[in-house]
Amino acid sequence: MTSGAAGNTTARTWLPHVLMGAGILYFLVPLLWVVIAATKSQPDLLDSPALWFADFNLLENIEQLFSEDGGVYGAWLVNTALYAGLSALGATALAAAAGYGLARFSFMGKRFFETALLGMIMVPATALVLPTYLILSELDIVNTMWAVVLPSLLSPFGAYLVRVYVDESVPVELIDAARIDRAGELRIFWQIAMPMMRPALVTVFLFTLVATWNNYFLPLVMLSDADLYPLTVGLTTWFNTAQQDAGNRMLFNLVVTGSLLAIVPLVVAFVLLQRFWRSGAAAGALK
Amino acid sequence: MTRSVPITAPAADDLPPSPRPVESPSRRRRRRVTAHPVAGALFVLPFFLVVVAFLVVPLGYAFWLSQSSKSLALGTRFTGIDNYVRAFTDPVLLDGLLRVVLFGLVQIPVMLGIALAGALTLDAVTTKFAVAFRLIAFMPYAVPAVVGALMWGFLYSRTFGPFADLPALVGGDPIDFFSASLLLVSLGNIVTWAWTGYNMIILYSALQGVPREMYEAAVIDGATPVQIALRVKVPAIRQAISLAAIFTVIGTMQFFTEPQIMARFAPQISAGYTPNLYAYNQAFAYSDFNYSAALSFTLGFLVFVVAYAFVFVNRRRGARS
Repeated sequence: MTSGAAGNTTARTWLPHVLMGAGILYFLVPLLWVVIAATKSQPDLLDSPALWFADFNLLENIEQLFSEDGGVYGAWLVNTALYAGLSALGATALAAAAGYGLARFSFMGKRFFETALLGMIMVPATALVLPTYLILSELDIVNTMWAVVLPSLLSPFGAYLVRVYVDESVPVELIDAARIDRAGELRIFWQIAMPMMRPALVTVFLFTLVATWNNYFLPLVMLSDADLYPLTVGLTTWFNTAQQDAGNRMLFNLVVTGSLLAIVPLVVAFVLLQRFWRSGAAAGALK
Repeated sequence: MTRSVPITAPAADDLPPSPRPVESPSRRRRRRVTAHPVAGALFVLPFFLVVVAFLVVPLGYAFWLSQSSKSLALGTRFTGIDNYVRAFTDPVLLDGLLRVVLFGLVQIPVMLGIALAGALTLDAVTTKFAVAFRLIAFMPYAVPAVVGALMWGFLYSRTFGPFADLPALVGGDPIDFFSASLLLVSLGNIVTWAWTGYNMIILYSALQGVPREMYEAAVIDGATPVQIALRVKVPAIRQAISLAAIFTVIGTMQFFTEPQIMARFAPQISAGYTPNLYAYNQAFAYSDFNYSAALSFTLGFLVFVVAYAFVFVNRRRGARS
């Protein structure tokens, strides 16, 4: 059904298009506001019309952003990318191996573990953060990057999604054939199963990447050094200062510009990679 | 990893086959397929270790901590279920729970309803405009909750945002999005903005997997797109809808970031506004780690029970139909 077809078809599609148009406005306006606001100086941010441009100050904002507090924003950006990248890689690798192992092998305790896996998905991650903090502080690794990365490796849903995906798209016959040819189990996993699992792995990778990139509670609890903060925690500390100290320091414009730069990489990644993750997401949704 | 490593893997089947000269392929296959009890467990082992370290142990530790209390006069002593008795009679926690439940009862159906309507539209309308809608609706998912809350906080505020003063154009009073009566709605809007597109994509992906044959007959019989959507497509993706609902419930019960950020705009957001915020503040504002552990454990347990009951009921219903 395309809009270019016969008269009654266009009559039938104008309503959905109007509704979708309203949706586009709703989802886009806040993002547009950030883009526009990031081009303004702090006085313009307070005084000029919210959804239109004033003097173009974006480059100055970016320059100030990266020099404020000794250039700590750059550290936050690097930290965020590092924590998110490491966590996502690790979680994906663990989920790939576990999902494959559960889908294509039988071993003692497997049934129990699969039932437990479903339960693990239901355990709210934030309920684990405070106890994990207390344990890691006994072990003296709070306030290090590992206190953020290691707990982020836990992705029961990732393992579940890979398991479902392998069940559907890695044929048992193929694995058996490789075994008959006397390929080792690791080699079968690496060279045969992994390429076939790619959509599921991209999905798990992207979704854990976003979860860690956007995570606020875990780093807020774990970290106390400003140099170790990710963007989310760093920007809120600036925002707090901006509110308490509005007269003396120009920080609102930095919070806004910093927010914009924090969003851009992920939005771009998702839009560019959507063909990969959509098929993976579907596998998880169907079960 | 060098290329030679995986080939010389320590898997059992790299050993030379037993010297049995004639063996039918099918027989050999059956034996080989079931012959690796260790390999499967080894694939799962790393994940299992992470589960133990960052799920089982923290839960156990929280439970152990919650069994004692600390006071200046008496030091740390075993108090059994006292912390739980305190939790379930603590008006702050109960208020917070009630608030989150009420919030979820309104916000979740609204959001999933919009997401489902959007997904059905995308499934039926395949114009370029629909593709643009799909991409744009999904974008907020990639925006950190912190940034989303800050953005909406600015947009709601009278100094920065365009909306609060809109009624003034027709002579009305400005809207106070942070007032007691609007605060939950304002928070609900932030969450809806962030997660509708994500749920829509999940449901849309599920719809794409529904075989066309399921509704071809209905199309020939002259059923309208709306009838097909409601009678054929929605029942066909019931599983995906309930999965989205479960994850949303789990997320809502953990409500933390948005209210915590919004507290800077709306001071009436108290330390116990949501259960999770309360647990956090018990630990870091009042240094009562024992009670905080009890709160974390209670919250985790409640979410777990609700979600599991949901899955259970849903499975039974699915099995019957």
